Amino acid sequence: MSTERTITLRVNGRDEQASLPTHRTLLEALRGMGHMEVKCGCEKGDCGACAVLVDGMAVDSCLTLAWTVEGADITTVSGLGDLDALHPVQQAFADSGAAQCGFCTPGIIIAAKAIIDEIPDPGEDDIRLGLSGNLCRCTGYTKVFEAVGEAAAALRAERSAR
Amino acid sequence: MSGVTSESRTPPNVRFRQVGHPLTRTDAPGKVAGRTPYAGDYAMPHMLHMRVFRADIASARLVRLDVSRARDLDGVACVLTAADLPDRSASTDIPGQVGQKRLDTGQQILVRERVRYFGEPVALIAAETRDIAEHALELVEAEFEPLPGVYDPLEAMQPGAPVVTAPDNIVAERRIRKGDVEAGFAEADLVVENTFRTPFQEQAFLEPEVGLAWVDENDVVNIRVSTQVIEHFRPIADAIGVPHNKVRVRGALVGGGFGGKEDLTVEVYLALLAKRTGRPVRLEYTREDSFVGHGKRHPFVLTYRTGVTKEGKITALEVRMVADSGAYVFLSPYVLLYALVAAPGPYRVDNLNVFARAVATNNMYTSAFRGFGALQACAAYEQQMDEVANALGMGRMELRRRNFLRTGEPMSTGFVPPSAIWTDQCAERAWAALGESTPAEGPRRIGRGIACYQQSYGRLTFLHDTSEAWVGVEMDGTVVVRSGVTDIGAGQVSALGQIAAEVIGVTLDNVVIYNSDSAVTPLAGTTTATRALYMTGNAVKQAAEGVRARLVERAARELGVEPDQVDLGDNEAFAVDNPEQSMPLVDLVRTCGAEGIHRSELAMFRAPFTDFLDPETGQGQVHPDYAYGAHAVEVAVDVDTGEVEVLKSVAAHDVGQCINPQAVEGQIQGGAQNGQGYALSEEMLYEKGRLLTPSFSEYLMPTAMDMPKVECIILESRSGVGPYGAKGIGEPAMTPVAPAIANAIADAIGVRVFEMPITPERVVRALKGRSESGGVELRA
Repeated sequence: MSTERTITLRVNGRDEQASLPTHRTLLEALRGMGHMEVKCGCEKGDCGACAVLVDGMAVDSCLTLAWTVEGADITTVSGLGDLDALHPVQQAFADSGAAQCGFCTPGIIIAAKAIIDEIPDPGEDDIRLGLSGNLCRCTGYTKVFEAVGEAAAALRAERSAR
Repeated sequence: MSGVTSESRTPPNVRFRQVGHPLTRTDAPGKVAGRTPYAGDYAMPHMLHMRVFRADIASARLVRLDVSRARDLDGVACVLTAADLPDRSASTDIPGQVGQKRLDTGQQILVRERVRYFGEPVALIAAETRDIAEHALELVEAEFEPLPGVYDPLEAMQPGAPVVTAPDNIVAERRIRKGDVEAGFAEADLVVENTFRTPFQEQAFLEPEVGLAWVDENDVVNIRVSTQVIEHFRPIADAIGVPHNKVRVRGALVGGGFGGKEDLTVEVYLALLAKRTGRPVRLEYTREDSFVGHGKRHPFVLTYRTGVTKEGKITALEVRMVADSGAYVFLSPYVLLYALVAAPGPYRVDNLNVFARAVATNNMYTSAFRGFGALQACAAYEQQMDEVANALGMGRMELRRRNFLRTGEPMSTGFVPPSAIWTDQCAERAWAALGESTPAEGPRRIGRGIACYQQSYGRLTFLHDTSEAWVGVEMDGTVVVRSGVTDIGAGQVSALGQIAAEVIGVTLDNVVIYNSDSAVTPLAGTTTATRALYMTGNAVKQAAEGVRARLVERAARELGVEPDQVDLGDNEAFAVDNPEQSMPLVDLVRTCGAEGIHRSELAMFRAPFTDFLDPETGQGQVHPDYAYGAHAVEVAVDVDTGEVEVLKSVAAHDVGQCINPQAVEGQIQGGAQNGQGYALSEEMLYEKGRLLTPSFSEYLMPTAMDMPKVECIILESRSGVGPYGAKGIGEPAMTPVAPAIANAIADAIGVRVFEMPITPERVVRALKGRSESGGVELRA
């Protein structure tokens, strides 16, 4: 058994403390802290359901040891927006019907956010490549592609309006 | 372009305000915000964590099982083995039904002595933490003595083959005898025979099986679980030996089902441990557990022998089918029945013999998966149609046109489907939508394929399926729907909201739907068999219409017109001829409340009830109705590497009536993905029953890199038996996809691969040597 360690994780802009064995993954840590929006689909980095942003980069939290991201900015899908104020990416996924069973959605929205942050006007190939680490079994991805395109357009419009 | 076009619609009888519009689903905001709790997101104080110890061999005798070291581990609360349990089975009977005789599925809850498949559960462990449970797994000592196993269904039928469960390996046998097949073959100018093989398939829902159980203050075992069928409370109660009213199953929004959460999964284990320990227990399968934790799609071997005239008329069809049922029966007899009646596809075949068998092996057990046997039949009959067309030198579309079953004609079982049969329109539209051909380049050959289908919606009619729903209007004019239906991601719940909103005359955001609780929501039946919209939609519509009738009657008195002159819409009751003459719904509801007029209704919708098919001829009715449509694809095949890329994927389905066109498209596009994986890349490799591909890095479903944008052509005949003439689209969306792709590959490379998935290796092998699975016989 590995040793326990108390760490501080900065999740969705708030510092949260947790005492964890050093082998605990970020996925286990986040869910243990109540961030149930981070989903566990395989624990092997195959499906992307557990993706979160770590300092702006989409990573599989199941492949990340929690203590290694102490001090980093961690964003889950719930950190982007909430029911009364959805983030444009979340809004686009809801409007496009890109969430069906919704279990892959938190990870896919995180991946989509990372794509758009890096490429504000992503082409189809950019979107496909950016989502290639996220499996979805319900949608066939067609509406997901549409949602990412629409979210990018909405964010560009928001930026130019400012 | 996707969507419904005016020329593909039967005119509506009513002007819809809510139904038929692509509204944002009621479950969408919660899901995109990460606010939707799934079954695995619940926790309770003092909760224990479970793991399942499994056999790592497919056919064996358990000669020694010692769990004492696991029991003694600090933090382990309970370890259960078969020795601790009464000798009951965790059988999943046809879910939600009582009083039907059927073959016993009889899976033992835990291995007592005989191991029949790789991964069969042997012991259950509950511990204070998941780490401790994990550690305890390693301390279980089990010794297995290997027994001869059988891993191929054809071998399993041979005399002397190892028997999986006495008396023999034949699990189910079914036949259709119709017309005079010998005379039909005598009339044929050409006879074409081919054998096709279809593979295992994993449902691969993203949310692994998970649940949380606790015993409440009334001694009721509560189970919060990811399931398609909350009405499993009955077999769960039977398995743990308590009355049916002492088990309550509460669903949650399900992270994908596809049939894989139709049978029992974790429920019985949870119930046993919760009862035994008196503490809440949680069990979440790992992905590896999930790969051995639920039934797969049945592999089939299908031999088609078709007699046809020079003009392309099918004169006779003889079909033999063998399905691999794996180690336990589960739903195999029913999957086989679906395959049987689907055998000729959406074509007129007057002289038909079908003989179908499901056979036990020591492979993973097989059960429900989107398409449920009818899909495997389609994989064969649509490839066979192309082979027949090629043998005749006739166009593939032309051969189909000359044989399509038309509206009002009897299908394989002699039953005349009550709705429109628009296969022809769907096929023409899908085929045309492929547009200009992509040019071939280098080693990349281009090919096109189409497949048409017939797929039932609604459960087997001899099961006497019913669905109950409750609809009520609150004093402020908002609407509440209660239905036991589970929502597995297709928008089942939201569709009910749209229907209730339509009938009561409010907008969707004024409706709240409570669902999926076996104790407090009216039992709605399963979310399986493409029945949820048909059955629960009709039930909600009936209930809402009951409420509406009383509201309208009261409003008529208030407005001084006849009840048939009152309509409800936009939160108002108004006179049809003079909409100015109106009253707000909220006032109407308050008036009803003050006068004791009932503002709610509980309704039951009943599917048609029939006897079982004639066992000798297979004639009679077996489903309420059928959906028809087509899928067309264009592929590029690299003849050097064998790689296949799907360039275009077009679906055309008559869905009867869209309740939510956006949700319908979602089903179609997801079905295209499921079918593409089945055709090309999803392969469960077994070695003597041992699964070699238990992860998503080995079992390859299509990713965002693999899927073309799927074009949807939605036709609405408004002829179905669902609400407002709806049919169903859940299963139909997937059924024709794989044979369309297989046909496109054969078109591209001039040789057919008779076994799916059509991996690069199989393509290259087929290119190197002509295939030996088929033959054409010329008649004098």
